[in-house]
Formats: sequence, C-alpha cells, structure tokens
Amino acid sequence: MSNPVTEFYKALTEKVEQSLAARGEADKIVIQVGSATCENAAGAVDVMDEFLKHIQSSGREDIVIHRTGCTGRCSKEPIVGVAVPGKMPVKYERVNRDVVHRIFTNHVQKGLPQAEQILDGSIDPDQQIEFLFCEGKRCGVGAKLNFREVFQRKLQEAGVAADKVRITSASCFGACQGRSGAHAHVLVRPFRALYRVTSESDLEELIQKQVLKGEEVPALKVTDKPIYQEFFDLYGDVSFFNRQSRVAMRNSGILDPDSLDEYIKFDGFKALATSLSKHDPDWVINEVLKARLRGRGGGGFLTGKKWQMASQQAEKTRYIICNGDEGDPGAFMDRGMLESDPFSILEGMMIGAFAIGACKGFYYIRAEYPLAIKRVQNAIEKCREVGILGDNVMGSGWSFDLEIRLGAGAFVCGEETALIRSIEGKRGQPKVRPPYPVVRGLWGKPTSINNVETFANIAPIINYGGDWFASIGTEASGGTKVFALAGKVKHTGLVEVPLGTSLRKVVFDIGGGVQDDLPLKAVQTGGPAGGFLPAKWIDMEVDFDPLAKAGSIMGSGGMIVLSEEDCMVDISKFYLTFTQEESCGKCTPCREGTTRMLEILEKITSGKGEMNDLDRLERLAKLCQQTSLCGLGRAAPNPILSSLKHFREEYVEHIVDKSCKAKKCVALIKYEIDAETCIGCTVCARNCPVECITGTRKEAHVIDQNRCVKCGQCFEVCRFDAIERV
Amino acid sequence: MSHAVANTDNWEAVKAACLEFLPEHIIRYIEQNAKTTHSESQLIAILHMVQSHFGYLGKDQMHSVAQLAQIPFAKVTGVATFYHYFRLQPRGKHIINVCLGTACYVKGADKLAARLMDQLGIQFGETTKDKLFSLESTRCLGTCGLAPVIMVDDQIYGPVSPAEASLILEKYLKKNKGHKTAEASKG
Ligand SMILES: Cc1cc2nc3c(=O)[nH]c(=O)nc-3n(C[C@H](O)[C@H](O)[C@H](O)COP(=O)(O)O)c2cc1C
Ligand code: SF4
Ligand code: SF4
Ligand code: SF4
Ligand code: FES
Ligand code: FES
Repeated sequence: MSNPVTEFYKALTEKVEQSLAARGEADKIVIQVGSATCENAAGAVDVMDEFLKHIQSSGREDIVIHRTGCTGRCSKEPIVGVAVPGKMPVKYERVNRDVVHRIFTNHVQKGLPQAEQILDGSIDPDQQIEFLFCEGKRCGVGAKLNFREVFQRKLQEAGVAADKVRITSASCFGACQGRSGAHAHVLVRPFRALYRVTSESDLEELIQKQVLKGEEVPALKVTDKPIYQEFFDLYGDVSFFNRQSRVAMRNSGILDPDSLDEYIKFDGFKALATSLSKHDPDWVINEVLKARLRGRGGGGFLTGKKWQMASQQAEKTRYIICNGDEGDPGAFMDRGMLESDPFSILEGMMIGAFAIGACKGFYYIRAEYPLAIKRVQNAIEKCREVGILGDNVMGSGWSFDLEIRLGAGAFVCGEETALIRSIEGKRGQPKVRPPYPVVRGLWGKPTSINNVETFANIAPIINYGGDWFASIGTEASGGTKVFALAGKVKHTGLVEVPLGTSLRKVVFDIGGGVQDDLPLKAVQTGGPAGGFLPAKWIDMEVDFDPLAKAGSIMGSGGMIVLSEEDCMVDISKFYLTFTQEESCGKCTPCREGTTRMLEILEKITSGKGEMNDLDRLERLAKLCQQTSLCGLGRAAPNPILSSLKHFREEYVEHIVDKSCKAKKCVALIKYEIDAETCIGCTVCARNCPVECITGTRKEAHVIDQNRCVKCGQCFEVCRFDAIERV
Repeated sequence: MSHAVANTDNWEAVKAACLEFLPEHIIRYIEQNAKTTHSESQLIAILHMVQSHFGYLGKDQMHSVAQLAQIPFAKVTGVATFYHYFRLQPRGKHIINVCLGTACYVKGADKLAARLMDQLGIQFGETTKDKLFSLESTRCLGTCGLAPVIMVDDQIYGPVSPAEASLILEKYLKKNKGHKTAEASKG
C-alpha cells in the first residue's frame, strides 16, 4: 500500500542524500565555526573570514568550513572545531585571528593540535581514544560490577599506557531507550561507536580489539542511532557538555541552521511525515500526552492536554502560535534554539498544527532578536519551496502556512492573551481568562500557544515515542529542560538536563561552580516572576512542582547564580524595577502595587527604611499576588516574598544597621583611602569624575566624602589596593 | 503641528499626499496588505518598517500610516506609545544600548551605565547635543553569557568593563572625526 506522504518523504531524503554526497565532505578536514548572536558578538564572523582566507591561500581542496549554530557555551566563544578524519575532533575556545593562524598552520596543515587553546583543556592531544561511560540512572541497574573501574583496571593489566586512553563519565546517551538494565553504555571517540557491555569479558574484548587494534566490535554495538549520539561524538570530551542530555537542543552546534538538507539528514521532518502518514491527529496527541511534556514557557501546562482541548472545539478555523517573545531578562534559550535549529521548531509547530487542525500558524518573535527572525524566515521559505509548507503539505492533502509577527519590546506580550492582541495589531494588554485561548483566541478562534522549547521537543517525541520521553524526566514531568545559566557562575551558557536533575549538578558539575570560588548565596530561577533558592537547597531536584513548592518557579528557564557579593535586597529591587516598568497599567493592584513596593525597597536600600516597612511590603505583596489580573502582576511579588523568607536578616541589616554586607547599595557604603597603603600614584584622582580626590604625588590621597558620588571608579583603578569599600 | 495628509476619500490623492512622508515601498506594502483579511493586524509590522527607515516614528508618518491603512490615528499612536521598542523622537547617529537584563545587572551593568552617562553627559533616552550618540537601555539581548554587554547600533560587545566602554566610545568618536564632538569627548 503506498502512502503519498511516505513516498514524498522517501523522495525528499533521497534527493538530500545525493546533494550532500555531492559535497563530498566525508573524507575532508572539517573546520566548524559557530554562528549565532552570541558567537558573532564574540567575533565568529572574523574567525570564519580568516579561515576562508587561509584555506584559499593554501590551495588545498580537502578542507571545508562548516557553519553551525551555537552549542550554548557562551563564555568561551568563539568556538571552533577541527575534525580530521580518523582523529579525535578538537574544539578550540576564544578563537581570534591570531589563533586561527596557529590552528591552521599547526593543526590543520601539520596535524599538531594547539593544546593551550583547547576548550576547557578537555583533551590532551596525545590521547588517541576516549571512552565515555554513561552514568545515567538506567545504566548499571542491578549490575554486579562497576564497569568503569573494572575497565580501568583491565587497561592497566593489558599494559596500555594511561595517557593513551581517556576515560570519562557522561549523562544518558539515550541508548537505553528508557529501559533500565545491568548494562553499561559506552561511547568510543573518535570511532563514533556506541557499545552495550554487560560483562567483564565484554570489556576485555573492547580493550583487545578497539583499544589495541583500532577495530570495532560489531557484536557489542548498539545498532540504532540514539538521539544524543551526534552531539557526544563531537562534544563528548567537554565536561560542560557531557553531563547534559540534548533533546530540544539536539542539533544546536551540529548542523547549519540555514540548511534544510542538513536538518533532513538528521531525521528532520521524519516525525511530521510519520504524523501525516497516519492521518490521525489523536495518535499525535496521545504520544504527546504519554510523554508528559509540560509547556516550557513557564506555566508547565501539559501540552498534550492543551492540544486535545483545542482539537475538540466546534469551531473549525483554528490557529497555532509559537511564543518566541522570551521576555525574562536573563534567559536566552529560545533565542539559542531559534537561531541554531529553526527547522526543528518549525517541524514541532507543524505537528502541533496538524494535531489541533490549524490552518495557519504565527511565530511571535521579539524584535530584539534579528538573527533569529532571519533564520526562521529562511526556514519558512525553504520549506515552502520543497512542499513541506503551503498547500497539500508533503502530499497529505492538508494545507498549512506560517507567518512571522514581531514583538516590539513589551514583556507583558509574552502573556498569551496579550500576545494574541499584539498579533491582532493592538496594544498588548491581557484579558481575563477564561475563556482560554484554546476556546477563544486569535480573532476569536481556538488557538494553541506554545513556547519555542516546547515545540523543539515534539519531533523527538514522535520519533522515539512518548514513553521514551517520559522516562527521561520525573514522575510528573517528562523530558529535559534547557536552562540559561548566568550570573556569578564560571561557565555561563545553555544547559539542557533531565527534569529532576539536582541544582548542584547544574551549577557545580556543569557550571563549574561560583565565579572566583566565592561561597554560593542563592540561585534565582524564573526571572522576575520567580524566587530565590538559598544555597542550603543546592541538592533539590529541579522540576516544576518542587520549585513552586520552594517559593520559586521554573519559569522559562532563567537561572542566575548569586554569590556573597550580591545583595538580595538590591536584586529584589532590580526585579521589581523591571515589573513596575513593564506593568501594562490595566489593573490597579499591579500598577499601584508594584510602584508602592518599589518605593519601599528604594527607601530601604537608601538607608531610610523602618522596621514596619517590612510588614507593609509583605501586605502589599500578598495583595498584588492575589488580586492582579494577569500573571505579570500575580508573580511580580515573588522575588520580594522569597527573599523576605530566606534572607530577612539582610533586610533588617539595611534597616537597623544601615549596612549592606554585599557592598552593593550605594547609599550605605563609602570609599576610603588607607593612608598607609596609598603610595600617591595619583591614578585615582585623575579618574574621579567629580574630582573629589586630593593629594600630591607620592603622598597619601584623601577622598572628600561630601562630594564623592560613590561611583567606585577609584576603587577599580587603584592598583595598590589602597582604597577600601566600607 | 499641521498634518498635511489630506482628509479625502480619493485614494490617489491620499497616496500622493502620503508620498511626501513615507517611502514608496512602505506605501506599496500597506496597499498590498489592505486586500488581505485581518489587514489591521499588520499595524505593528508597518510601524517597524517606518522606524527602521527613519529611526523613529514621526507624527506625519503616523498620520500617513493611519490614512493609508484606514486605522484611526488615535489607535496608531496608542500602539506606538504602548511598545517600548518604538521611538517617537529622532535619535543620534549611533545608538548605544546598555543591557540592563538580570545577567548583565548582576555582572555590573549599573556601573557601565554610570560611566557611559558620565562620559556622554546624557541620561537614558537622551541624545548628545551633537546628535552623535543616543543612550538607551534594553532588557536582555540574549547574549547573557557575555554579560555585561552593550550594543552600539547592531554590534554587540561583551563582556565590557567601564574602562573598555570608554575605549569603545573612542572608537566611534574617531570614526566620526568630522562630526563636532564637544559634548562627547570628555574623559
Ligand atoms: C507576564 C508573562 C510573560 C510571559 N512571557 C512568556 C515568554 O516570553 N515566552 C513564553 O513562551 N511564555 C511566556 N509566558 C507564558 C505564556 O502566557 C504561555 O503560558 C506560554 O507561552 C504557553 O506555552 P507552553 O504551554 O508551551 O509553555 C508569559 C506569561 C506571563 C504571565
Ligand atoms: S496584572 Fe499588571 S500587567 Fe497584568 S493586566 Fe494587570 S496591570 Fe497589566
Ligand atoms: S590609586 Fe591608590 S595608590 Fe594611587 S593615589 Fe589613589 S589610592 Fe593611592
Ligand atoms: S567613588 Fe567615584 S566619586 Fe567617589 S572618590 Fe571614588 S572615583 Fe570619586
Ligand atoms: S541511562 Fe545510560 S544510556 Fe540512558
Ligand atoms: S541580561 Fe544582558 S544579555 Fe541577557
């Protein structure tokens, strides 16, 4: 029985295979350069340029440049990968024009990797082979031996030099397909071989063949291709990456975000083809329900449930919207995915549209993300060209099209009813719910609004099954979550981990811990609508419900690490400044409440607070929480309430002692010059914007406290630590 | 301020009058769009086009948009004032955007902002007298990994220390040597 969709997909993949084969990259040296807003800001465009020049002048035809999106390793960008066939792929960090020159002349031309520039110093270029042992929760269940340790011992026994083989742990490769067992999954780089071992003799065989002879052991190989394999093949040596589980970000940093061919090569649009060929929207909804996928935009509502409700409406004109407003100031995962893997968002959205029976979809993307907009536009056009989008999608008889609408810098437009009004071309003010958008949404028609990351998870759910997806997360929520890790953490960037992973793993194992090794004070999640998790809760599981119980929220996945140098009153004030500015003004509790609360916080941080301000603050916060119309006002007090709960003593210090321990609140600190230490270099006096530092060369300087505006510039520029902040 | 856009039903006359204030491609866009369903929903997109052409939304431009798209002027200004992205005043040649998102704030964006204000002698939302720089703030450019960041026109810089911010300013000053820079060259 021939199915037109299946035929269409088969023809498409064959064509793609041909055109990729025509590129003839298989036995060439591939130089991979990231391209995304963050990569470009760090200088990736120059890097690409420089490599092209080098390749041209070398006259070699066996070197190609491959442009990819961004892996999410922001603080080390630009990142460049060099893959020489048969050798370990090497990644370089913070590459600039000079480094390009070194990489090209030494590594690419002469085969000598540049050790000092390797990303996180992860590999020693002398190591020729790497074994990654899965430390996921389903590997080794009930096993009698510790595979990794036995392997290490056996290597020694076999007389293999310790510096030849590298052994690391990694998180689940997906090879378990969600099933536990007394096995271990091991990935061997650079051979791209994934093994399932169950006994000591299996390990011996790996050593005899794979390590000593470089031969594969077919009997132990896992044949189907697990979802994260490509990612681990490329990035598995870096501890920032190998503790992650990439589902939503499976292609970020691997494929060219503008290439439909490359997306199709990695099973792109297979899930859509499967869904359409079944002609059964309920089957799709059912898989998504089984997956226990909860909306990644903040609310955590079950996506399958939302689609089910939309699909059951009597009205047949329905819409689907992708929420790419990403309003949390400090979150950037949606930008990352839109820029690095736009086709996957598009595919997820189309599957959703098919499930609810929508005829048209809209991307709502904030105008501050020009590159994301460009890439999504390109994805839409490419899909229209080949018949994936438009009339008669993939020959299925179903027609669907997409349009991009731009946001214009209003946080409240991320809220679904406000977003709908904004698409309608109006002021983006929220409406009372119910009716919910699935009942009456865009132009009064049933509308499903889903977040970017939610859509990114759909294709894997269809390809690998809802049960598989559910098995990755927790009892209540399936799958992974992408966090935008920032603030006072060593490795900032995007981190995707299974739901239920501990905060410690994210902040310390992956994030590398607190900057400058200062003590951790708190982790803030959920942005302006979230709260603080004090350091003592570092072992808590990160999931929707535990976070809510702890007085914070998952939100869209912003995660800000705070150290002893951060003042909780100040940060709460920062968030409230934000919500107060962004309040749309429609309802009084939010409009007035945020203004009054901000006034009180300003009073406290300027040293004029009184103890009864705390009660007033709490009362106002509760009122705003309970009586505001939309989520913005209802969540605005969260940072205050949670900091009052966990860090009340800091408020009291500001009020009673008039002191800010973190030395952040300007009105409560002053700068002083220590006459003993000051050598009279005059640097501070020359840098003070109000010229309030006096002193002659080689003599101790003095600050006129009455005129000092406490800008801290003198503190920054003194190289003799003679200035104190007290 | 007088609005030269004629109050008439004659479409050609309206168009001709608007041509004085809007470039042809925007007029064409509005015209084509008028035939589609829910055409009024394109208002924000049209305002984006106007702003990217002129750098801000002038009153005459908004009037023309209202006439051409047949949307009440009050609604056009209502939308234009609601969204922070839209500017109603002309801006300087270079726009300096300081990110005041959480990640940047935690990494010292406040100090960065203070330094820029001090050197330029202007506050957020203002333009230097010589019309060379406008200083603005934004909430997260999505490059938090590089915090603190500033964006000058379309170029993002990060991480930027107050001292580096001064150097970046100097770079733009140098580029504009011909321009009178009395106001901005302090420091
Ligand atoms: C003030 C406010 C801002 C919001 N901002 C966003 C946002 O930027 N992105 C997003 O996906 N959801 C945002 N939401 C949540 C949306 O209203 C909506 O729940 C979500 O887009 C649904 O998609 P999901 O089910 O996939 O999470 C916001 C909600 C509120 C109240
Ligand atoms: S709670 Fe705030 S943002 Fe929401 S509708 Fe009311 S005023 Fe507007
Ligand atoms: S910079 Fe430091 S050492 Fe130099 S004059 Fe100032 S306080 Fe003294
Ligand atoms: S803090 Fe600023 S104003 Fe005060 S003395 Fe130092 S440089 Fe001058
Ligand atoms: S738990 Fe080891 S592969 Fe999944
Ligand atoms: S907070 Fe500044 S770029 Fe995100």
